[in-house]
Amino acid sequence: MNIPIRRFDTLILGAGGGGLRAALQLARADAHVAVVSKVFPTRSHTVAAQGGVNAALANVTPDNWHWHMYDTVKGGDYLGDQDAIEYMCRAAGHLVYELEHAGVPFSRLDSGKIYQRPFGGQSRDFGGAQATRTCAAADRTGHAILHTLYQQNIRARTNFFDEYFAVDFICDDEGTVLGALTMDIATGELLVIEAKTILIATGGCGQLYRTTTNAHINTGDGMGMALRAGIPLQDMEFFQFHPTGVAGKGMLITEGARGEGGYLVNKDGERFMERYAPNVKDLASRDVVSRAISIEVREGRGCGPNADHVMLKLDNLGSDIVAKRLPGIRDTCKTFMHLDPVDTPIPVFPTAHYVMGGIPTDRQGRVVRPSGNAPEEVIPGLYAAGECACVSVHGANRLGGNSLLDILVFGRAAANDILGFLKNNRYHRPSNQDYIDKAYERFARWEKTGDGESVHSIRSDLKKAMEDHCGVFRTEKIMREGVEAIKVIRARIPDVRLQDQSKVFNTARVEALELENLADVAIATMRSAEARQESRGAHSRIDYPDRDDVRWMKHSLYSLEDDSLDYKPVRTKPMSVETFPPKKRVY
Amino acid sequence: MDNPERQSGLERLRWQCRRGLLELDLLFEAFIENGYCNLSDIDKENFSQLLEYQDQTLQEWLLGKSTPENKAMAHMVKLIRDAT
Ligand SMILES: Cc1cc2nc3c(=O)[nH]c(=O)nc-3n(C[C@H](O)[C@H](O)[C@H](O)COP(=O)(O)OP(=O)(O)OC[C@H]3O[C@@H](n4cnc5c(N)ncnc54)[C@H](O)[C@@H]3O)c2cc1C
Repeated sequence: MNIPIRRFDTLILGAGGGGLRAALQLARADAHVAVVSKVFPTRSHTVAAQGGVNAALANVTPDNWHWHMYDTVKGGDYLGDQDAIEYMCRAAGHLVYELEHAGVPFSRLDSGKIYQRPFGGQSRDFGGAQATRTCAAADRTGHAILHTLYQQNIRARTNFFDEYFAVDFICDDEGTVLGALTMDIATGELLVIEAKTILIATGGCGQLYRTTTNAHINTGDGMGMALRAGIPLQDMEFFQFHPTGVAGKGMLITEGARGEGGYLVNKDGERFMERYAPNVKDLASRDVVSRAISIEVREGRGCGPNADHVMLKLDNLGSDIVAKRLPGIRDTCKTFMHLDPVDTPIPVFPTAHYVMGGIPTDRQGRVVRPSGNAPEEVIPGLYAAGECACVSVHGANRLGGNSLLDILVFGRAAANDILGFLKNNRYHRPSNQDYIDKAYERFARWEKTGDGESVHSIRSDLKKAMEDHCGVFRTEKIMREGVEAIKVIRARIPDVRLQDQSKVFNTARVEALELENLADVAIATMRSAEARQESRGAHSRIDYPDRDDVRWMKHSLYSLEDDSLDYKPVRTKPMSVETFPPKKRVY
Repeated sequence: MDNPERQSGLERLRWQCRRGLLELDLLFEAFIENGYCNLSDIDKENFSQLLEYQDQTLQEWLLGKSTPENKAMAHMVKLIRDAT
């Protein structure tokens, strides 16, 4: 197969906040950069981030990076790497001011300083009073950041490959990544992009689950590509769920709804949270509420024809409060369910929100994998940043406002390291046709014609299996069944046939490629979750309700080639301050 | 949809409907399946134009928080909301 080849200093897969922050740093330093994105860059998922970005600017309450660091370590239930967390929290202020100078229209306090709002998990003085740390540009912080970074990249002459789909890495015999096979979605033509350095910034994988807050593009493509290139995924069992998503659709119904006095009921009209959390009831922590909903549904007390959700009632609040304090919820309910929450309950179910795991990196953004006795051998020239990566700063659970920070800090850190690498490595590593053919082989399988299964049916089975077996309710038995279910589903993929073999904007082909990525990431997630016999952060097991620091204070690493799990220690030593030793996590 | 040129026009739109916000994915996908085929040629052109707007703006319009000043866009927004 004769596929055209283009060469760059750096290839960046993904044009969300992570990819664009890195691209900007590189293009400004005159590196020759290609950014590939399957959708137009400003349609990346970063636009969805409405809450804001954390930085201890102390504009509203006293604050400093060390407190922010403490909160992040604790929020991650002591699984986060403390060197990376220190690095991130110390860099936060600088990155936010840099964005301000670049033109991000942050909201303002009366003093003229950047507006900050309080979020859950933010404290002063290492666990004391509430801190106010999240910097916001109205309710469109992610949007503002993404658009600003995009404009600046255009000015810096970054080369964009818009609506190009990255299919697989091109690797040499040693497993070194030389570039990627991509497809121009508009024409169906293939293009090989080779580069001295490659940054994976393809975002998250919420589409693993039937109910998710994530857009349809979040299919874990970069993670799937990494797995197939022999790179393990780290800590994939840690997936953050939000207790109240619109059932069957996934959008968030903010915690504010219960904060204002809304409450949950099952099919018998019972306020079931009274049983699970007699004191705080509906205001219990996210994981407690999520699990309670899941148990109600499992035990047959769910609502609706399929008994697969519970109801959130706001009718006790009155239309004034709903209109004044919860206008967004009312808009969502009216648009998607044609119901007014003022008098009709909202069907809800836990919704998959954020993946803490991903491609293992160090704090320079370099992809690392175990080799011999070394748990973290650097793969030269390969980097990852953003939600697809696991640095790991979020550990077992992410704090709100920390992931925009993560993508900015580590997008920039990766770019800085890449610049050093490019200085010392002036030439492209040798490639050859065999390496390209290998990547092409898998792609070509989709050209087979005839009768077969549809992508759609396998994808919905996969998402349902993940929801049932790897959601918020986890036990040995449920997850063992889940591993088998995912294996069976994966085995059906080779039988898929695409009815549409046209080249121009063949979305069916793109969806088939996305399905393969989802299926690879699903098995990584399912297997890692089944193996971890403890409850920590977002991974909560009915049969192992406690955190077990003796056996499990370690990162999981799942490898696809031999379907195996390995572990490596948590980096508990920060860069300059004392370690925060694990403590019981109480809020 | 037997005219291949039109078919690929639709396929192009289908991809333009992949957005950064789940809400938009759901609204546009449903509209492509249920409403788009019945549109007049002018409205098809308007739909294509609507897709050029930014995600956050589209979200505000389609969830009913605000109404576009441009009449054609306001009409399109109404059609999509009605089809949901
Ligand atoms: C509803 C919602 C609200 C949120 N609110 C906040 C918040 O307030 N604060 C906060 O800190 N975080 C928030 N988050 C999380 C945060 O938005 C994301 O974690 C973050 O934006 C991810 O950025 P990213 O750069 O890693 O990836 P993304 O922005 O997801 O970008 C991924 C890029 O990769 C490209 N891509 C993917 N696959 C391929 C492929 N195969 N080929 C080519 N290109 C590909 C995509 O086109 C895209 O450009 C929120 C998340 C959700 C779902």
